[in-house]
Amino acid sequence: MGATPRPGDPAITPALVADHGLTADEYDRLVAMLGRTPTLTEVGIISALWSEHCSYKHSRPVLRTLPTKAPHVLQGPGENAGVISIGDGLAIAFKIESHNHPSAVEPYQGAATGVGGILRDVFTMGARPIALLNSLRFGSLESPRVRWLVAGVVKGIGDYGNCVGIPTVAGEVVFDPSYEGNPLVNAMCVGLLKESDLIRAKAQGVGNPVIAVGARTGRDGIHGAAFASEDLSEASEAKRPQVQVGDPFTEKLLLEASLELITSGHIVAIQDMGAAGLTSSSAEMAERGDVGVTIDTTKVPVREPGMTPYEILLSESQERMLVVARRGHENEVRAILEKWDLVAEVIGEVIAEPVYRVTEGSKVVAEFPGSRLVTDCPVYHPEAREGEEVQRLRAMDVHAIAERPEESDPFWTLEQLLSSPTIASKTWIHRQYDSTVRGQTVVGPGHGDAAVVRIPGTTKAIALKTDCNGRYVYLEPRTGGRIAVAECARNVACTGARPMAITNCLNFGNPKRPEIFFQFREAVGGMGDACTALGTPVTGGNVSFYNESPGRAVFPTPTIGMVGLIDHVEQSVGGAFTTSGDAIVLLGEPTDELGASEYLSRIHGVTAGAPPRCDLERERLLVDVLLSAIGAGLVRSAHDCSDGGLAVALAESAMMNADAPRGFSVDLSAFTLPSRALLFGEAQGRVVVSTPDPQAVLQVAAQRGLPAFVLGTVGGIGEDVAFQVGSKRHTTSIARLATAFHDSIPNLMARVAVSSDDAAPAGSTR
Amino acid sequence: MKFGIVLFPGTNRDGDAWDAVTGPLGASAVRLWHKDHDLQGADVIILPGGFSYGDYLRAGAIARFSPIMQEVVAHARAGGPVIGICNGFQILCEAHLLPGALLRNASLQFRSMPVTLRVENANTRFTNQYKAGQLLRVPIAHGDGRFAIDADGLRALEDAGQVVFRYVDRNGQVTDAANPNGSLDNIAGIINAGGNVMGLMPHPENAIDPLLGSTDGLGIFTSILAHVAA
Repeated sequence: MGATPRPGDPAITPALVADHGLTADEYDRLVAMLGRTPTLTEVGIISALWSEHCSYKHSRPVLRTLPTKAPHVLQGPGENAGVISIGDGLAIAFKIESHNHPSAVEPYQGAATGVGGILRDVFTMGARPIALLNSLRFGSLESPRVRWLVAGVVKGIGDYGNCVGIPTVAGEVVFDPSYEGNPLVNAMCVGLLKESDLIRAKAQGVGNPVIAVGARTGRDGIHGAAFASEDLSEASEAKRPQVQVGDPFTEKLLLEASLELITSGHIVAIQDMGAAGLTSSSAEMAERGDVGVTIDTTKVPVREPGMTPYEILLSESQERMLVVARRGHENEVRAILEKWDLVAEVIGEVIAEPVYRVTEGSKVVAEFPGSRLVTDCPVYHPEAREGEEVQRLRAMDVHAIAERPEESDPFWTLEQLLSSPTIASKTWIHRQYDSTVRGQTVVGPGHGDAAVVRIPGTTKAIALKTDCNGRYVYLEPRTGGRIAVAECARNVACTGARPMAITNCLNFGNPKRPEIFFQFREAVGGMGDACTALGTPVTGGNVSFYNESPGRAVFPTPTIGMVGLIDHVEQSVGGAFTTSGDAIVLLGEPTDELGASEYLSRIHGVTAGAPPRCDLERERLLVDVLLSAIGAGLVRSAHDCSDGGLAVALAESAMMNADAPRGFSVDLSAFTLPSRALLFGEAQGRVVVSTPDPQAVLQVAAQRGLPAFVLGTVGGIGEDVAFQVGSKRHTTSIARLATAFHDSIPNLMARVAVSSDDAAPAGSTR
Repeated sequence: MKFGIVLFPGTNRDGDAWDAVTGPLGASAVRLWHKDHDLQGADVIILPGGFSYGDYLRAGAIARFSPIMQEVVAHARAGGPVIGICNGFQILCEAHLLPGALLRNASLQFRSMPVTLRVENANTRFTNQYKAGQLLRVPIAHGDGRFAIDADGLRALEDAGQVVFRYVDRNGQVTDAANPNGSLDNIAGIINAGGNVMGLMPHPENAIDPLLGSTDGLGIFTSILAHVAA
């Protein structure tokens, strides 16, 4: 027995193998596994399953070093999403994933289908999605093409999530020229489930039917997984047809139908047909269940006649699920799908024989022994060596960079930083996302350091955030990896939530280049250090390599998505100053850090120096102090110091409520640092809180050995801002700062019609 | 008092409406499936927010032909109260239970943000717990909310006091800056001539809890109860 070629299949030549992205060694491995020449269909299957996107062949050994266990982790890496317990028999499923390359060539559909895919990963676990986040990286907004990408990505994310009815509650957007040719679009979804409804994508039960559910299979997205596993280039524009097209309405139907199926008890497993479509979903379900599976491609509901098994297997048409039902329950499954006007067809069966077999009617077109098509994937251990350019940049003495004359007015510098698109208000983006649907959003986008979403029927809420400073990771990967996790934990704790666990989306360049693999290995190591120190295990994630466009890789960007838990939602706090006369207290202390800062980048055009030191013990203390102080009801606002340092943190707390910007006054004369490091340096482990009872806050900090300082006082709405730095007192109007902060991105985006032909590349349809 | 909350396949704020009427109000509610012809004895019909049938063609254009809408129309024609929120407002216009139409936002972008509304008519069964001129803080979340109607239609609405809510600034003034979608004369919500069918774009069901920033939307639901009790 064995598969035979279909009439008209091309001969398997080295050129055809290379076109499928397989190396000669990988092809030899395939031949050895089969004991014969593969068919075209088999080459297609392997090219998808052994693509970097599906196989993690360059990343797996490094990922294994991450901490993944804790008593509250119900499902760690390896499933469609991670799952943690939040007590009361409830659990949270969450996952982040990239859709970078599709978004680079077709921003609207690329981003939309990224949201669709991550929603399916979460509801596949039996969880109802309750929140979406996204982490975006773009080049400079000065570029018309970047504005076209931003407008398309934001509309794509909004249109999809808004229609399905899942609030987009948080995220971050960073602009840096390193992302110019290769934007990053990472989408995170968070779902709520009863622990008893948790279901895994594990095929079981010989004789059970395999059912295709949801949308019909078309010719879109063929080889999408392979496209995601190569560098972007001029030729990538021609791969626009490999980008799938999203249909959020069908997704909504699929969501409801899937959750109904899971609670009905008629099915044993369910998996999203995501990257590499039917191939990867069926092979992975069989591998997890250690069973065989047979699929007949003539049974798959298709959009058009004449589709070959190769096309049906590799299509990435959206809004489809693969289900293993209980034998004899097929009609019940169909009835549920019909209620939602969706198609369900039995396309295969779980079999005892340890093979993965695809037939076209009665003819076998692909057959692999056991689960080896998943497990036999090669694993690579690429060389890792730090690039010399980075070493040189890191060693640069950034303190020797002379101040510009305008910097004698610190508010001039602050204005520049507040209007830097990375720091400036993202309201232009957030207002396109429905953040209030489902009626549980306590803190939405732009109102706090993390989103706060209430858990109905309990007193609890969860806090959600994504973070990563790619510039830090570029200049010193291990420190950057640590800070990504620590900053996320700080942000989550600022709302009053205990950090619980993370998911991650590791966006890097080409791992075959030693300097890139060095970044990857070290950054993951740093993440692991921080996760261990902060008690936030990794529950899953996604690796996206090959984020390069001609000439350069993106900043290494290991995006962290974190979930925290608040026991009493009414205790949660936002980031904005609320009350005139409250004391402003700094938890943590300013130190002389200037390297890798937004200040250097924005004011001096320099990306250099070592990123700030990250003391993980100090970060843990800070989280504990925040939770104690917030839990005791002492804190009215909390906001961490990150991009732009202390001065930006203070200004943001003053202006976060756009309708009621407040003045404030701080005296920093007790600190003897150079003023630019004091105001704009990005020393880690610091949070600005406002409180009616500063002595009590200082006491909570002192009890745990955390330095803390009373800096000043919150003023009234519209009042002035005053800084005492050394012997000088500087004042300005809050309106001046608010204009810089709130108007920057709208003004940039208004520069040209964002859909104009000169911005869109030739041949684009949008 | 029983609320019937219509569920189209793409409805997504049904739970929000459900929470608003069953939570703080303590009223009972049933979900009404779009393929059914049964209002299950509901006294007040709510058409909640969402994307009824995907709304790729025109918001609410297909929904008006659904089986349940035949019953909703009959209920409204018989004087029964119906409230359409966001997508529900769009459907009521498509079904000709309310005049006018809701077009793509003038910005061509979705808008999700809190807005300030001014109560223009507090003498309706949906607004009797408010005072005329009262300002409310309520979120919006829509891409097609620009109310449009011809000149005669507008005059008729104004003359009969059928404009119920307008978008205004924090001081209660009708300004262009306060208009989030380009609606004609800043119109956010209207009522039919019979006074039993109201549609509005903002989401009062998302303004029922101080923890979420506002309780200003509650008055619509308490007004309905008060009207029945009166």
